[in-house]
Amino acid sequence: MTSKTGSKKSESKKTGAERKFRVVGTRPIRHDGWDKVLGRAVFGADIKLPGLVHGAVLRSPYAHARIVKIDLSKAEAAPGVLAVMTGADMPIAASKVLDLGEEVTNAVFASDRVMARTKAVYKGHPVAAVAAVDHNVALEALRLIEVSYEVLPHVVTIEQAMAPGAPLVHDDLVGSDIGERVEHTNVADHIRYEVGDPEAAFAEAATIVELECRVSRAHQGYIEPQNATALWHQDGKLTVWTSTQGSFSQRNSLSSVLMMPASSIKVVPMEIGGGFGGKIGIYLEPLAAILSRKCGHPVKLVMERRDVFDATGPGPGGIIRVKMGVDAHGVITAATADIRYGAGAYPGASINPAAVCVFACYRVPNARIDAYDVVINLSKTAAYRAPGSPQASFATETVVDEICRRIGMDPAEFRLLNATRGGDRRTDGPTFPRIGNVETVEAIRGSAHYRAKLGRASSPTKKRGRGMASGYWQGIGNKSTVTINVNNDGVVSLIEGSADIGGTRTSIAMQAAEILGIAAEDVHPAVVDTDSIGYTDLTAGSRTTYATGAAAIQAAEQVVEEMKKRAALVWETDEANVRFADGVFTNGAAKNQHLTFKELCGKLDTTGGHVSTTGVVNIRGSGGGSFATHLVDVEVDTDTGKVEILRYTAAQDAGKAVHPAYVEGQMEGGAVQGIGWALNEEYVVGDDGVMQNATFLDYRMPTSLDVPMIDTIIVEVPNERHPFGVRGIGETCIVPPMPAISNALRDALGVRLTELPMKPGRIMAALQAQAGP
Amino acid sequence: MHPFRYVAAGSIDEAVAVLREHGARARPLAGGTDILAQLRAGRFELDALVDVKGVPEASALRLGRDGLDIGAAVPCYRIYEDPDVSAAYPGIVDAASLIGGIQIQSRATIGGNLCNAAPSADSIGPLIVHAAAVTLAGPAGTRTVPVDSFCTAPGRTVLGEDELAVSIHVPRPPARFGAAYERFIPRNEMDIAVVGVACAVVLDRSGERIESARIALASVGPTPIVAAKAAASLVGGPPSADAFRAAGEVAADEASPIDDMRGTIGHRRDLVRVLTRRTLERAVQRASGGTASGNTGRGTR
Repeated sequence: MTSKTGSKKSESKKTGAERKFRVVGTRPIRHDGWDKVLGRAVFGADIKLPGLVHGAVLRSPYAHARIVKIDLSKAEAAPGVLAVMTGADMPIAASKVLDLGEEVTNAVFASDRVMARTKAVYKGHPVAAVAAVDHNVALEALRLIEVSYEVLPHVVTIEQAMAPGAPLVHDDLVGSDIGERVEHTNVADHIRYEVGDPEAAFAEAATIVELECRVSRAHQGYIEPQNATALWHQDGKLTVWTSTQGSFSQRNSLSSVLMMPASSIKVVPMEIGGGFGGKIGIYLEPLAAILSRKCGHPVKLVMERRDVFDATGPGPGGIIRVKMGVDAHGVITAATADIRYGAGAYPGASINPAAVCVFACYRVPNARIDAYDVVINLSKTAAYRAPGSPQASFATETVVDEICRRIGMDPAEFRLLNATRGGDRRTDGPTFPRIGNVETVEAIRGSAHYRAKLGRASSPTKKRGRGMASGYWQGIGNKSTVTINVNNDGVVSLIEGSADIGGTRTSIAMQAAEILGIAAEDVHPAVVDTDSIGYTDLTAGSRTTYATGAAAIQAAEQVVEEMKKRAALVWETDEANVRFADGVFTNGAAKNQHLTFKELCGKLDTTGGHVSTTGVVNIRGSGGGSFATHLVDVEVDTDTGKVEILRYTAAQDAGKAVHPAYVEGQMEGGAVQGIGWALNEEYVVGDDGVMQNATFLDYRMPTSLDVPMIDTIIVEVPNERHPFGVRGIGETCIVPPMPAISNALRDALGVRLTELPMKPGRIMAALQAQAGP
Repeated sequence: MHPFRYVAAGSIDEAVAVLREHGARARPLAGGTDILAQLRAGRFELDALVDVKGVPEASALRLGRDGLDIGAAVPCYRIYEDPDVSAAYPGIVDAASLIGGIQIQSRATIGGNLCNAAPSADSIGPLIVHAAAVTLAGPAGTRTVPVDSFCTAPGRTVLGEDELAVSIHVPRPPARFGAAYERFIPRNEMDIAVVGVACAVVLDRSGERIESARIALASVGPTPIVAAKAAASLVGGPPSADAFRAAGEVAADEASPIDDMRGTIGHRRDLVRVLTRRTLERAVQRASGGTASGNTGRGTR
């Protein structure tokens, strides 16, 4: 994130009883900081191995085309070319659901996505790959591969895909319409959640608002492109070095796609240059593996930015219709949602999380949620920060804002009146444990920003407005392993399997340090490969600081128990007499007998040898998830449609902020990504089904000049399911920005923008429509 | 990528000889901020790149009595960091200081921007309103072409296969001259103009009448467009808000924009109206000796 800290404001709102912390809640320098700052951290594309060769991938120029014939002869004969592969070299994967935590797919689709066999179903779909002595020889060899295509009609929008008689992305796709089997369809899934009787409740509602919103697919925009280096060993084992959010989920995917035992695959997670959900699935890894098998060398593949946009998974675009009714007092009585997401070329557009999140901020006694997973001829979408929630919540939060305007109620008061609290049922079924929804709204209502006047616009053609929106992400728990090795000098090594994207080495090490009563710096964390640590789920779903942190706490508690035994040996006393607090062991049976953690470490060799423990957790759920409320001030140039974000405040429930600076960093980063999605980011797809703006020049993410300092308010409503009360916070922060900005534009201009991005031309068109012909 | 020869030419003759040898499969290289990206993206392939940064005439920036000569390989920062050039050529400085970002400006050249001939080029409109002409060198010697007739289509110019641009001459502006360039981008930096408008005006002695005016538009046609009717509408009249607004309307009619990923026809016409008005205001302010001159170095974004 940005380094300008001058004017940034940060507040902290504490709620509930507090445990006294010594390490948790402080802001130590991250353990990987030096290497990252000095350029010594080794990312995927940095890897160098003896005998390494380089590959390149030939991709379909068409959004939908049958592969009639591929002639490899010229490429194979070219000097310097070591191996050439096509879909024919890929094993036929068995149908099997791959639950990767935040992403669910079928092995057959995962396999087809990485290389086409009979037809290309998106522009950029790999059709062949080459390994050669250097990268340029590989690139030149691609030009020697002759592919004859039969171009097929494509569908790239949800309307096209759902139209009667639409071209089918997959002839054999079997869809499910609320459990009913459907053939010859592009709708892979239609799910429904229903509670109460929404129609009857609408009939009695005092005020009803309905909006249809459109959201463009948006890319995570991580700086580091996907990469993979693979070595197929002579004994049939495979090693893969890659930038991934989950080395074990990567191993599972590779096992299913390459049809080999997971235990034969070692995935080495490299430093990762951003993921946001986009580095969960496999792309280049199986191709590098097969090329390596064919040529006997380790093979490296790295995507170009164009490939990243064309062929990796952004978050889905969608059409979302939300209808909400309130009674005469402003209490929500009913709501319905119709959510349609464009999954890309294979099913799996996070429609279930969309249904979970769409009304999660509000008590809705009568609700129906329909969600559709629609395949289209664009790259398969992936998880993107709170996958599925931002698009659906955009509709809900703009509808809420319209209701507030209609009934003349302050948006904070409306939220406090209708907010879900612990004990309420989420519309998809589960009952919330203790949550911090109300507290984030209260935090915004109590903020300096909320009380401040909007101020006059900077010129007569400009107008200002303010908007508020809330958001939710449920997060996940799942499996993590942490091993702690205690060294004689009082420093402990912490071995983990969680890829560190957002500073989790430090946030996990701090939790162990808290238990051990030592400084965060005296815990040395290491993220290791799949052969060197127990199973650990991916870094996604806001789970890592929460779940791997819980594993670290468990391992550290085991260390304390073992060390108590050692202290008892030193003092020749009963183990039950040994107490441990604030990093010091004391003998309850003898005064003045005490040893610091470090001192006792020096005595391990003489009391039975070294201490090594492993914490293993498998946590069901996240403990309620994290809520956020954001407030934004905008200024719009009504001559050009350009929007300036004047002021932005984000409040979010972190349960307990382990490292507050990283929590603030996540909140700021999520807000900035949301601002980008709100104002300019989109896939511009031509009539040919090809993305036209597949560069960072034309895929307009915000630069540092386009966003103000983001003010943050960390709300702390402890999570009952974590020993320290920690909640995962990485994702919710991208949910409120888009509706908050739409609500601010409505306030400034009197027009409702319902389509993302709310780019200047669209704002001008809305103003002109408002002015009339 | 197809392998190519890299030649660092030390003279015009040496550069022309390489171009002659390879014809269409050789190109001059100045800052390289466009051509290297295009080569990497596979837009075309070349057998030779002729680096002209070592050609003395192409690397000179000279402000003389007759005007300014900008060598084709002079990077943008040398223009806006020169206080005398900044004071005399505000329209060109506006463009030089907003092309790309600071890193790009340390490398990218006005000559390269001109020869790349993008419809969205930021510097071509300002060169046109400053009445600039470009000197080209080829096997038959040199020739001079006014910038307003240099571009022929997107990415195409009157340059022959064996010719290169050596330098751009910008006449010394008359008294009571003012110019400005402004573009619209949805972000605040690192973007391509959705619309760009360059204006230049000369006021009469009283300062209450426009003696002459030039207006050029970017990103609203296949080449930079000279909005001659809009400019003519101002001549002889007062530099008033009404006149600027009327000129903006005429300029919007002279534009022939398309819908593309960067903007729509309707939005682009709106922007031509707005930016014509705004740049005229600034140009007149500068012509009157107002404070909006570019002589502070980097111009307004």
